[in-house]
Amino acid sequence: MPDPAIDTAEIDEIIQAHLHLEGPLLPILHALQDAFGCVPAAAHVPVAEALNITRAELHGVLSFYHDFRAAPAGRHVLKICRAEACQSVGGTALAEATLARLGLDWHGTTTNGAVTVEPVYCLGLCACAPAVMLGDRVVGRVDAARMDSLLAEAGA
Amino acid sequence: MKIFVPMDSAAKAVGADEVVAALRAAAPDAEIVRTGSRGMVWLEPLVEVEISGVRHGYGPATPEDAAAILDGTSAKALGPVEDLDWMKRQTRLTFARVGVIDPLSLQDYEAHGGLAGLRRALGMTGQEIVDEVKASGLRGRGGAGFPTGIKWQTVHDAPCDPGARKYVVCNADEGDSGTFADRMVMEGDPFTLIEGMVIAGLGVGAEQGYVYLRSEYPDAIKVMRRAVEIARASGVLGRDVLGSGRAFDMEIRVGAGAYVCGEETSLLNSLEGQRGVVRAKPPLPALEGFLGRPTVVNNVISLATVPVIFEKGAQAYADFGLGRSRGTVTLQIAGNVARGGLFETAFGITLDEVVNDLGGGSASGHPVKAVQVGGPLGAYLPVSKFDARLGYEELDAEGGLLGHAGLVVFDDSADMLGMARFAMEFCAIESCGKCTPCRIGAVRGVETIDRIAAGDLDAAPLLADLCETMKEGSLCALGGFTPLPVMSALTHFPGDFARVREAAE
Repeated sequence: MPDPAIDTAEIDEIIQAHLHLEGPLLPILHALQDAFGCVPAAAHVPVAEALNITRAELHGVLSFYHDFRAAPAGRHVLKICRAEACQSVGGTALAEATLARLGLDWHGTTTNGAVTVEPVYCLGLCACAPAVMLGDRVVGRVDAARMDSLLAEAGA
Repeated sequence: MKIFVPMDSAAKAVGADEVVAALRAAAPDAEIVRTGSRGMVWLEPLVEVEISGVRHGYGPATPEDAAAILDGTSAKALGPVEDLDWMKRQTRLTFARVGVIDPLSLQDYEAHGGLAGLRRALGMTGQEIVDEVKASGLRGRGGAGFPTGIKWQTVHDAPCDPGARKYVVCNADEGDSGTFADRMVMEGDPFTLIEGMVIAGLGVGAEQGYVYLRSEYPDAIKVMRRAVEIARASGVLGRDVLGSGRAFDMEIRVGAGAYVCGEETSLLNSLEGQRGVVRAKPPLPALEGFLGRPTVVNNVISLATVPVIFEKGAQAYADFGLGRSRGTVTLQIAGNVARGGLFETAFGITLDEVVNDLGGGSASGHPVKAVQVGGPLGAYLPVSKFDARLGYEELDAEGGLLGHAGLVVFDDSADMLGMARFAMEFCAIESCGKCTPCRIGAVRGVETIDRIAAGDLDAAPLLADLCETMKEGSLCALGGFTPLPVMSALTHFPGDFARVREAAE
């Protein structure tokens, strides 16, 4: 079902802007997600047609990568690192306490729509772990107090 | 007054931007230069103040320290940064400029030896360039340790249809936990990666390059994109590289959160816009890589090391090292460790020296229990193996894997059964699904470890058998090496696997 809030002209513009690239699909999907907060269903047919691929192939790509969303996330995305270096300094307990406090499971969004919590496997901040990322902002040496202030800032 | 504060994301993650704001407020006239990180992450944010041409360090700094740092009375004074033990003991070749220069100043870059390697390479034939890399002994720093010069030779010699292109692809999908050297060099000295890629292009006859950079590194993406623009505007990239008449250009491409795309063939599929599924080899990417064309795929550190090899000469680089591991290794010391960070040194240093001497033991103060070397696909080594020397063959002989040279330290609170389970769980989440041993094996692995955890020790031989199947039958290192952390945990820490049954008895 086409979403009336999605501007199909903008979709076409984004696709056209990337067609000169070698291997344009991932850049197009990233650009769509930057513009709409997700890769909207309304973009599937135009993308498939522009690249001469089937909708099944496009679905295969969209579902393969963790980054691409079918619906927008909360206003802020909090990524908590689950990888080994963060585990070595209490990352697992930090993640579990955060999810419990928000009443969420991984990939869940708070009821007020403020924060979506996602797992991430390494932010390259392994010497100042545990690490999280709020939007594009990285934060290291996160403890319970730091997490509280991040969540407060995000309005969770 | 000239002040240096890193803009490396590890420094920003612990408050560097807030420290800069406080310094600006307290000293509006001071010149504040944002640099990469020196690699002493436990001292970040590390503020450096230039006094009579010498940079003095203060760290870890907080905004409240600003006034005392500016008037020279801070209790966090460390003295001249170059005289610190951590700095003096290193051989910084790849990381020579990181933490020193403004990463986005091409003038700074040139003033510190940048572009000298490229200028030399421009006077050489492709074969001479390839021979120089061979003579340096440089091996792939991404983990596999394949000789870089041999790979370049294959691409150099690969037949190419008239009008068709060859490619240089930089693997910047640094997904291994405990590794951040790629990120640090991209954020701290991006032009060295660009210069390395141009030299690779000249060597193999490629005029187009791509950096496949993971989306989890937003700061590195911004710095690299800006650096490419600057390099293009300055004639380092483009149709006429430094006025030589030779062409090379490149683009930064962003990954989409799939760990397996660090494997070179799935990376190429992803770059082409497909699912990041592993390709069977042969054909080698060197012959049929990006879009089916001959392609060099090298790790960030491998390519970023090429300029210094051409600047100082292959022999000067090969003079460092141990056995068949020539040159320097960029150790990333991480996890539960008192002094974590990046330390570049000749191959051959022991694990004990790295963990206990440089790293200062665990951060918690508890005894160190294990170190995972080489990322999520590397072995957990117990303290009894700490005499092991860090080299490709040397670590292999100890049942380990040097990989990308990341080391994650664990103290005695670590549950090795839990770590083994996580290795299988991670493999199950990140498996591309192409081959059965990895796709199904990882799921069965989690279940089998859960049986062991429930007290069914008969499941242990089954786990060993499953690991053997994954190791021998998987297409790539994800399924092939996941057994390494699992079996090393089981072999070296059997107590953690028997605990539940003992408790039940």
